[in-house]
Amino acid sequence: MIKLFSLKQQKKDGVDSDKSGSHKKSSAAQLRIQKDINELNLPKTCQVDFPDPDDLLNFKLVISPDEGFYRGGRFIFNFKVGQGYPHDAPKVKCETMVYHPNIDLEGNVCLNILREDWKPVLTVNSIVYGLQYLFLEPNPEDPLNKEAAEVLQNNRRLFEQNVAKSMRGGYIGSVCFDRCLK
Amino acid sequence: MSCDWPGRWCHVQKFIERTGPFAHPDFEPSSESLGFLQETCKLLIIGAGGLGCELLKDLALIGFKNIDIIDMDTIDVSNLNRQFLFRPKDVGRPKADVAADFINTRIPGANVTPHYAKIQDYDESFYRGFHIVVCGLDSIVARRWINGMLVSMLQYEDGELQQESLVPMVDGGTEGFKGNARVILPGMTACVECTLDLYPPQVNFPLCTIAHTPRLPEHCIEYVRILLWPKEHPFGEDVPIDGDEPKHIQWIMDKSLERANEFNISGITYRLTQGVVKRIIPAVASTNAVIAAACSTEVFKLATSCTVPLNNYMNFNDTEGIYTYTFEAERKEDCMACSKIPKSITFSESDKLQDIITYLQESAEYQMKSPGLTTNIKGKNKTLYMPTIKSIEEKTRENLKKTLSELEFVNGQELYVADPTTPMTLTFKLSLGSNME
Ligand SMILES: [Zn+2]
Repeated sequence: MIKLFSLKQQKKDGVDSDKSGSHKKSSAAQLRIQKDINELNLPKTCQVDFPDPDDLLNFKLVISPDEGFYRGGRFIFNFKVGQGYPHDAPKVKCETMVYHPNIDLEGNVCLNILREDWKPVLTVNSIVYGLQYLFLEPNPEDPLNKEAAEVLQNNRRLFEQNVAKSMRGGYIGSVCFDRCLK
Repeated sequence: MSCDWPGRWCHVQKFIERTGPFAHPDFEPSSESLGFLQETCKLLIIGAGGLGCELLKDLALIGFKNIDIIDMDTIDVSNLNRQFLFRPKDVGRPKADVAADFINTRIPGANVTPHYAKIQDYDESFYRGFHIVVCGLDSIVARRWINGMLVSMLQYEDGELQQESLVPMVDGGTEGFKGNARVILPGMTACVECTLDLYPPQVNFPLCTIAHTPRLPEHCIEYVRILLWPKEHPFGEDVPIDGDEPKHIQWIMDKSLERANEFNISGITYRLTQGVVKRIIPAVASTNAVIAAACSTEVFKLATSCTVPLNNYMNFNDTEGIYTYTFEAERKEDCMACSKIPKSITFSESDKLQDIITYLQESAEYQMKSPGLTTNIKGKNKTLYMPTIKSIEEKTRENLKKTLSELEFVNGQELYVADPTTPMTLTFKLSLGSNME
């Protein structure tokens, strides 16, 4: 243990320092996301796009599945990483309207590691793989789009047709989907 | 001083003017210690809420005169039950101002300076002015920020920590009947970032449960907050939920009730709705008092060395009986904050960014594979080069050919470098020479 203060030690009076200066150093969240991004190891079906390369906290992920129900489609996800990262998970929304049991029509995604199972050891890469997996294996057990989940459970053939129809840009029931084929 | 009366400090003097079996090995009893504590030592209390009121009262009564207190909030009626420095007439005023006024009036000699501000409004020169920082915060983001600030103030010479640059942080936290107190010596003991896993994660319900199989009143409120609000924008497009706006809470409660009725769930109240929306964990006044007392004692020990400080993390829980234990939280080797001892590198203004990258790849010391570099120019993050991400690589490629002066680097510029060969992002401090060598 150390003795921290000598009795005479006088601190510089810092109270009159200017209030304008923001923290001129990178935050821990910033340093951690830099590490995550620099080491992203993307599957070949995924790419990330940074609208502003100076802002590593906001970016888009594009998934173009090459197998499964969603083959040929192109799905864009928006990532928002907060200063709470990695204690808090990034906020992820799907910007492409998609007929999917685990993604609702507003773009909310039901992926456990985005909410209840997030841990600070997980990375952006883990989320990318999680999302990619959702397109390979949509999971009707945890539905967000209940109708789609029911179809998948009861009639895989019809589900497949519905997915294809939605990706071409068409109506499923009363919902109109935008075309998202490559 | 004139405000002292005979025997005012005799209890404190018993600790610092004589030694005892629990004294710190380096402790030298001295009559000067009291003067240091009262006149020289400058404390910063962060947060003037439940913990902050207790901390300020405790520390001022111990005899610390020069205390600054910072808080960005104003007083709400709901604070008055436990934030005892505030009265009904103070509602709406800044917490820091009212707390400082109260203590300055009540405790002779106290010199409390309030700051109605965010901690992020101040820079290093402000925080350097204090001997010890004490936190009574309820936000992890704020804790991590001040932790990062104190760590970044550390100075090293030949890799050796300069102890004058160290500002200890005593951190208190409470949640209902649970609390903790810890002592952080930045660069020496585990910091907030080292122990990020110890902070309980936010309670998040699975989205599909919220959407389709609600069982609890909280599920219904979360449904309205997460799924319905962004769909219906009840108060206009782009109006976010304001947890202190009664109209917002009322709307959320009404919609939650509709949903709860649909699923035969009971228990939705206005209070619960606001609690879920604002993620309020009920505050218990006595927990705040216990934790603040522990923290204040640690501040006293650090300031006087009269006893060995807490090593370094104390947990407290009085849900059933009283349970407490202390353990030594360990530093993380790859801590994003305190393991980053800045490494120095020297380049000249006419060198190019590519030269730095080549150096990082080829020097025997680093042998990096694909370093990604960022820095901070005039307070803004700047990505200098990142080879692995195509969209960034394309937009930053031209930086490689720029000289360091063209990139507006200054002497002491910090470069943050991530590479697969290192467990965390490294910090480099650039010595910039003006002539070629
Ligand atoms: Zn650390």
